[in-house]
Parts: sequence; C-alpha cells; structure tokens
Amino acid sequence: MVLNPDSENLGLFQKLYYDMLRIRLVEEKLADWYTSGLIKAPVHLSIGQEAVAVGVMAALSPEDKIVSTHRCHGHYLAKGGDLKKMMAEILGKATGCCRGKGGTMHLFDDSVGHVISAPLVGASIPFAVGIAMASKMKGENKIAVAFFGDGAVEEGVFWESVNFASVFKLPVLFVCENNLYATHSPILRRQPYEEIVSRVKSHNVRTFYINNGNDVLMVLKAAREAVSETRKFKPCFIEACTYRLREHWGPGEDWHLGYRTREEGDEWLAKCPFKQLRKFFDKIGNLSELDIDDMEDMIKKEIDEAVKFALESPAPLESELLSEVGG
Amino acid sequence: MTENNERFLSYKEAAAEALLMAMEKDEKVFLIGEGADNIEGIGGHILPAIKKFGPSRIIDAPISENGITGFAIGAALDGMRPVLLHHRNDFMLLAMDQMMNQAAVLRYASGGRHRIPLTILSLVARRPGEGVQHSHSLQSIFAHFPGIKVGMPACAVDAKGMLLSAIFSDDPTIILEHRHPTLYDKKEYVPKQYYETPFNSKIVTLGQDITIVTVSINLLNALGAWRELIADGIFPEIIDLRWLRPLDIGLIVRSVQKTGRLLVVDTGWKMYGVSSEIIAQVCENAYNLKFPPRRITIPDAPCPASQFLEKYYHPSAQDIVKTVREML
Repeated sequence: MVLNPDSENLGLFQKLYYDMLRIRLVEEKLADWYTSGLIKAPVHLSIGQEAVAVGVMAALSPEDKIVSTHRCHGHYLAKGGDLKKMMAEILGKATGCCRGKGGTMHLFDDSVGHVISAPLVGASIPFAVGIAMASKMKGENKIAVAFFGDGAVEEGVFWESVNFASVFKLPVLFVCENNLYATHSPILRRQPYEEIVSRVKSHNVRTFYINNGNDVLMVLKAAREAVSETRKFKPCFIEACTYRLREHWGPGEDWHLGYRTREEGDEWLAKCPFKQLRKFFDKIGNLSELDIDDMEDMIKKEIDEAVKFALESPAPLESELLSEVGG
Repeated sequence: MTENNERFLSYKEAAAEALLMAMEKDEKVFLIGEGADNIEGIGGHILPAIKKFGPSRIIDAPISENGITGFAIGAALDGMRPVLLHHRNDFMLLAMDQMMNQAAVLRYASGGRHRIPLTILSLVARRPGEGVQHSHSLQSIFAHFPGIKVGMPACAVDAKGMLLSAIFSDDPTIILEHRHPTLYDKKEYVPKQYYETPFNSKIVTLGQDITIVTVSINLLNALGAWRELIADGIFPEIIDLRWLRPLDIGLIVRSVQKTGRLLVVDTGWKMYGVSSEIIAQVCENAYNLKFPPRRITIPDAPCPASQFLEKYYHPSAQDIVKTVREML
C-alpha cells in the first residue's frame, strides 16, 4: 500500500490518521525538546485535540485561509505548513517561518493558506472576518476559517466578529475548540452553559455542535457541510468538544494541580482520536497495524530531518533585532 | 473665478479629496467605520467618496471598534488597503488590542513577510461641550508603539498629503485630524494633483531666537504668537511636527543648535507625552541650550464640558508669547 501523504492514492481515512499522527509525534518531540531545555518559550501543545484541526482542514480547499491562536501547531501542520520552518521557528532560528521573531505562538505559512497565529485569545478571529470580507470584495471563491478556544468566546471581539459576519454575509467559518478550560478555569465558572452553539445561533449563523470532537470523521462530516454553506456566503460556527491532555503550556501532564480530575482525563483518553479512527479501520478493514507502523516510520523520518535542519540552522544575527519593525 | 481660487480648500475638503483620490487610484482602498456612510460624513468630508463609490467601498460598520480594526487588519493581510474611520479618537482606546498588540507587530512577528497597510483616520473632536472624553488628544499613547506611524496634519495641504502618505504606506498609520473650526474650516491653496507629504517635520518660519515645535492646531497658535513677537524683533523658528512617529528629531536638533532655545506646544498632556519625548531627545543631542526647554500643553486634568472652564484649558497664542518672553 502506498503511504506517501502527498499521493492521491492515499485514502482519505488514512490521510486523516496520518495527519493526526504527524501532529501528535511532532508535539511529542517538542515536549522532549522542552524537557531537555532546548525550547526557551511557552509551548502550548494540542495533544489530544488533533482531530478538530485535521477534520476541519480536510474539508477545505488549498486556497482557503485559516488563522489560529497560541495553540497553533496542529492547525499549522494540518493545513500543510512546512515542518522544517516550524521547528526552526520554535528554536528561534533565522530559518524559521517568522525568522525567529514570532515563535511558537505566531506560526504561519502563507504559502499554504495559514495566514497568521496570535495568542491574545480571540484576537485573530476578526482577521478571518477581514480576510473573508476582502475575498468577497475581490469576487474570490475562497473562505476564511478562524480557530479558537472556548475562552475566546468570553471576549467581546468574538461577538463583534460573529455579528459582523452575519450582517455582511461573509464567507467565514468559526471553529471553536471547546476543551472546557481556559488555562485552569473550568468553563462553568466562566460561562452560563458548557455548550456554546445556542448562544451563537441567535446571531443568525448556521451552527454545528460536535459533542465528540475527537472523532475526526464526525468533525469532517460537520465541517464539509459548514464549508459548503460558508462558501455560499452563509457564515457558520462549529463547536467541537475536545480535551487538552497536557498542561496549558509546557510538556507534561498537570493532574496534580487539582483543577481537573484524572477521572475526567481518563474519560477523554478513552475517546482518543487515534483509538476511535482505528476502531473504524477495524470495522472496514482497510488499514493494518503494519500500515500504521509505516506511517510512524515515515513521520519520524520527516521529524528527524526537520530536527536536524532546525538544530543546524543559524541563529538570527544581532542586526535583525531592529529589522522589519516598520512604522 | 480662476483655477487657483477654486483650489482654496478647507482642511476637511482637502482630506476628502485625498480619500477620493486614493480610492480612484487603487481599487484595493476602501473605508470602514461606524456611521461611515452617513449622508453628512464626518463634517461632510467622506461625502465625495460615498457619492462616487457607494456602500461597496464605504462600509457602515456596527459599533465594534476593536472588531472592525481586526477586520481591517484581516483585509490588509489579504491584500487590501483599508482606511478605518473613528469619529473621535477616544473610541480608539476600545481598539488598542487590535491596533497595538496586532497591527503594529505583525510585520515584525512574521519576520517581515506580512505588511499591514492600514490607515486609521480619526479626529481630536475639540469643541465646546464635547467634554471629558471626546476632547481627548491621545497621540502620545499611539506614538509609544514601534511599528506604527502617527501623524497630525496642521494645515489643509498636509491634511491631503499626509492622508495619501498614510494610505499608500505599507505600515499601519494613524492620522489624527483636529476638528476645531479654526483649523477644520480654514481654507488655503491646495494643489490639485496627487502628492504625498514626506514623513518629516516642516520649518514654517525661519528664525534664530527660539525653536517652537508645534503639534497639530498649535501651529495656528504659534503663528499668532509669531506676528506679535516679530513686531518686537524676536524671530522664532516654528517647526510643524506633522509626524510624531517617525520623529524627525534631526531637524529639531539642528534648529535648537542654531537658536539655543526650545519650546514644545502640544494638544495632549505633559506627562509621558510628545513634548517629553522631544525635549528628552534634544537634551540627549544638543549641547548649547541657553535656557531650559519649556513646554505648553493642556493641563493635567480631563477637559471640562463647561465653556466657562474650557476656555482656560487649551494652549493659546498668548500662552506662547508669554512663555517665549520668559525664555529670552
């Protein structure tokens, strides 16, 4: 079986698995890097949440644009961002996607339509609205997608964005990854309900609620419908429930902090994106363990190359400190 | 009526002409703002653009200051040249995250790959009764941030040229107009053709006794003072700052090296303000000061609504005359 992810021969389901596994393995490498002291920055890992990024991205066309937040590694990789430039950026190297000036929270690769990431929780949401507005003005067919978490919904700029997109009928898709916690604060301490869609629906946008956002096929199904509606200038909102398995930022687990329970974590571990998709494969019988091992080998090889590239890349020169400031 | 007579435009008419010209020149230019397509525009000065281009390029936005700034940034990231309008500059404080955390840094954060050609056009809305918020003159806050340009036109010629410079600059640029009628409605000859005002300051009167740096409408106050002072044989060199960022400190330092005296007149507050910055940089670069630098600003209080109090609030030509005499 051909396992080249670029090949059209690779089945969609295999590609979904491959893309999720790539995010997982890259982030596990980042966790190692962090632990060994190589990374001097707060890395926000999306381990556990891979299915939302991969499921939505699989419904997009290459020309569609996305924006993301501080937890952007998964979106970057799922949209097809260059792994070498990402790893170099996270190490602060001159060959990084932001030449070392943006770091882990500003990853972007505009050559594949990941326009920018920004960590001020909801700050990048209006960018997607603006991209959609520009797209409509220019008569283009692309849509813009904003990825953000449940905490962003508490910021005014989210509601300003949904309101505007609705009134002006813009081709923008809002994707909320509801992982139940804003850093350490549980959602019910911050919002009236754990579920968000009903509040958004009143803005006259189509909403999609995915109670298990770790099921990549469920995400893909909703995303396809949402993308198709959005392309017809009907803005849509997807809420995908998921769970962050690691710390808010950093490499490890944080059950000892006591803001959430190990039992709750175990419930979500049982809904692991990989396990779920493997169950599906077992049912249809088109992907053996061997294929998965092959995938893992291929990805690890790509990671090794990216790691080598990043480690060997030069640091930016001191003269770059004051370049590209503008103004 | 001769061609030249027709070319006497008010500050607001000159700005209106700039906006219209920019939109004619480049179809990527559009304007978004709260009430932007209001039939009267702001004081009428968006009107020509509305008449010509209508709602597809003049977008009447909901009351979402931070959001619309982000929408404009997004549009800029997708190749447009947005002009964002706030009727009064106090509204801009609601958009500080998008202006300063986002627009000002995205070029740098992207390693120079992104440019944000965003113009934010607003006004210091000083008029009697505008009170403690709408009278704000907040340029110092905005000029604090690297990555953004800030300009305050003080004449009709620059109201046109600086707006065109802003719109066709590839970096986010804030233009703060001043709505006081003595400036806003003042007519002068404005060239018909397209032109951009350079990002530097302008010597308005040559002199050797004192350097007076003015911000925005204070140019008119300084010119009023100049008429009185020259009658006494005192020749001030008046510099209209025009751009707060980039700051043309070289021009100011060269003038102060000639005159030995510096007075800065600002429409904003003194503490941590434009006047503080200019004086600090001059002190770091000029060695022949004959008198400690002075500044005239609004007092350290919000602007009162009452016309009976407000008349004491803003710098005047007489304040400048008095201070210059003290310094000589």
